[in-house]
Amino acid sequence: MNYDWQTLWFILVGTLFSGYAILDGFDLGVGALHLFVRSDKERRVFLNSIGPIWDGNEVWLVTGGGALFAAFPEVYATVFSGFYLAFMLLLVALLFRAVAIESRSKQPMKWWRNFWDASFSVSSIASSLLIGVALGNIAWGIPLGADREYAGSFLGLLKPYPLLLGVTTLALFMMHGSIYIVLKTEGPLQQRLKGWGKNTMIFFILCYAITTLATLLYVPHMLATLQRYPALFIVPVLSVLFIANIPRNVSKGQGVGAFLSSCGALLTLMALFGIGMYPDMVYSNPSPDNSLTIYNSASSLKTLRIMALMAAIGMPLVLSYTASIYWVFRGKVKIDAHSY
Amino acid sequence: MDALMLARAQFGFTIAFHYIFPPLSIGLGLNLVLMESFYYFTRKPLYLEMARFWTRIFGLIFAIGVASGIVMEFEFGTNWSTYSRFVGDVFGSALAAEGIFAFFLESGFLALLLFGWDRIGAGAHLFATFMVALGAHFSAIWIVVANSWQQTPAGYHLVGRPGGGIRAEVTDFWQAVLNPSTLSRVGHVYMGAWQAGAFAVLSVSAYYLLKKKNLEFAKACLKIALVVAAVASLLQLFSGHESAEVVSATQPAKLAAYEGHYETAPAGLYLFGWVDEKAGQTHGVALPGLLSWLVSGKSDAPVTGLNAFPPDKRPPVNFVFQTYHAMVAIGLALILIAWLGVFLWWRGALFTTRWYLAVLVGSVLLPQAANQLGWFSAEVGRQPYIVYNLMKTSDALSKAVKPGEILASLLLFGFLYLLLFILFIYLLNDKIQHGLRMKAGEGHRA
Repeated sequence: MNYDWQTLWFILVGTLFSGYAILDGFDLGVGALHLFVRSDKERRVFLNSIGPIWDGNEVWLVTGGGALFAAFPEVYATVFSGFYLAFMLLLVALLFRAVAIESRSKQPMKWWRNFWDASFSVSSIASSLLIGVALGNIAWGIPLGADREYAGSFLGLLKPYPLLLGVTTLALFMMHGSIYIVLKTEGPLQQRLKGWGKNTMIFFILCYAITTLATLLYVPHMLATLQRYPALFIVPVLSVLFIANIPRNVSKGQGVGAFLSSCGALLTLMALFGIGMYPDMVYSNPSPDNSLTIYNSASSLKTLRIMALMAAIGMPLVLSYTASIYWVFRGKVKIDAHSY
Repeated sequence: MDALMLARAQFGFTIAFHYIFPPLSIGLGLNLVLMESFYYFTRKPLYLEMARFWTRIFGLIFAIGVASGIVMEFEFGTNWSTYSRFVGDVFGSALAAEGIFAFFLESGFLALLLFGWDRIGAGAHLFATFMVALGAHFSAIWIVVANSWQQTPAGYHLVGRPGGGIRAEVTDFWQAVLNPSTLSRVGHVYMGAWQAGAFAVLSVSAYYLLKKKNLEFAKACLKIALVVAAVASLLQLFSGHESAEVVSATQPAKLAAYEGHYETAPAGLYLFGWVDEKAGQTHGVALPGLLSWLVSGKSDAPVTGLNAFPPDKRPPVNFVFQTYHAMVAIGLALILIAWLGVFLWWRGALFTTRWYLAVLVGSVLLPQAANQLGWFSAEVGRQPYIVYNLMKTSDALSKAVKPGEILASLLLFGFLYLLLFILFIYLLNDKIQHGLRMKAGEGHRA
């Protein structure tokens, strides 16, 4: 049987970035909410709720980047050179965030901790926004020349639809993070956080509704694959069900259920994004003929096959480490001598 | 400056900064495995204290290494997108493999290493430490594979690129991975990393001994690290020799530039010197016939000189001559320092010879300098190519990026890394000064 290796790699790269969105999504969300708690002890609870895992979560982004380079080098080259400054800002934000997590509790001075708290939160918010704006530009389309190079400017990336997707991504991560942090806390702090959970949910659902409407009205090419393969309609239906299930779980006090629903929502939304793009990877707007598709931007079949073998060997290992780390660090946050 | 020089400066600066940290993680990782193994088998609290102290230092170094490493993963695309289109089919696989096989391993078990002391047993913790060290070593393999393919490309053919032009595609994966320079260079990088880790431990331990603080701790650390330093420094001599042989066989222009060797004739080995690139002459003190002997076993064998290559296919000669010779000189100094320590240990004077301890305190900088200088030699020595004999660096640049954007990012990272470096030194110093107080209730769950 002759497999469609390009489609397989489209799904695999999508899986890595979805893994990133689900995992780093909640720790970016926790960061975005960080300044809303005031006391030093509560902030340490926030930081340590993601302490042992944030670093592993970011590896999904790095590996996704590596896989994109290997499987679709043309996309890697066009996107990262085209979004040069925006990407440098994202890298700076991620860098600052890592340093803030590592440094924050190393010194007792109040100004020191306030500075790193602010850095942690601002860089988490900036990273979420920038990721969303990048996705929004990919969906909306960017001007590509026949030479496959980005033909626009930095300011050209700040169109309304990408900005809307940036805000929606931030809202989604904040909701995801607030559901996660409720799982990791107890007592009065947890009660207070449950209240925020409701607010972040409302914020996200509003953004979600507006983004969906804007996509239907203004980004029709994102609908083409769904129209061609009606069976895929199950994906948007599932995403609506997952999203609707979050408030239901929350009102019944099912913390784990709410978190799993939120993960499901992220996964189906990423899948919806992938289906919307397929078979394009970078849509050229104007002149769609210059778009990078999975077929005209992929590596050779030989490389795709070798890499599929690597993924088949490596990904079960990755999932087993990830699962065991989450298992070892399950339960409520306990601050001890080794904490941040 | 034009876009090419800016892109090279930006990339060189960010990767040189990054490369302060991974060798330390690799080398400290090895030392941590040894310390924690001593604890596991003897159950002496002293070894546990050592493992914990160095784990905290390791955590700081690792965090900055990861943070500055994420930048690198994307800079092939941002700065060198034309290169990325050309090599992605071969080069990208190595980066993806590094993510799947090394980074997940490292980051997963790092959580247990840093935060798992009270959650898992001593055996499981030792296993986690071992896996983190192993992950760090794996990661070096894949990145050196990728770089070695740039030096000595193999296992590929050139075919039409879907967007026009040509690109390299894999024909034999294992030939590409185990290209002619991979193995010698992995060994060379490993020994450099072991030296970096061992001399960092030596430096801190010697500092404690000079300050008469934490004496038992310092002595035990010093002994373990001295063994690693002595072994690694000596192995580095052989590994360096092997690397030079491979360079002579595969990249003759680079070898000739290392030694400032212009005429194809028997060649000596310079101890130090200066290359007059305009006149095509090298002035300095050389041991006659030694280079010929080192690369071919005969002191009168001719070595290909730079005149065999047109001037536009030569690297900047004096620059690589100087970086290469400085690296070699430091390598020899490290052997001397480490084996002098072994000698003093044998004479029972290791912990009391104060001038020697003072040398050790400063010696932490030497492997760092040698690692940087070695990479400068290897990378600048490959110029004007980004992939040896296949693609020129000047053809590899991103077309969509404007010089002003690269300058902006260079300034941004320049400023940020300066602050980060100050912060790193501040936190490191703080841990060294105060990090060794075992807090109450810090016993290990048996």
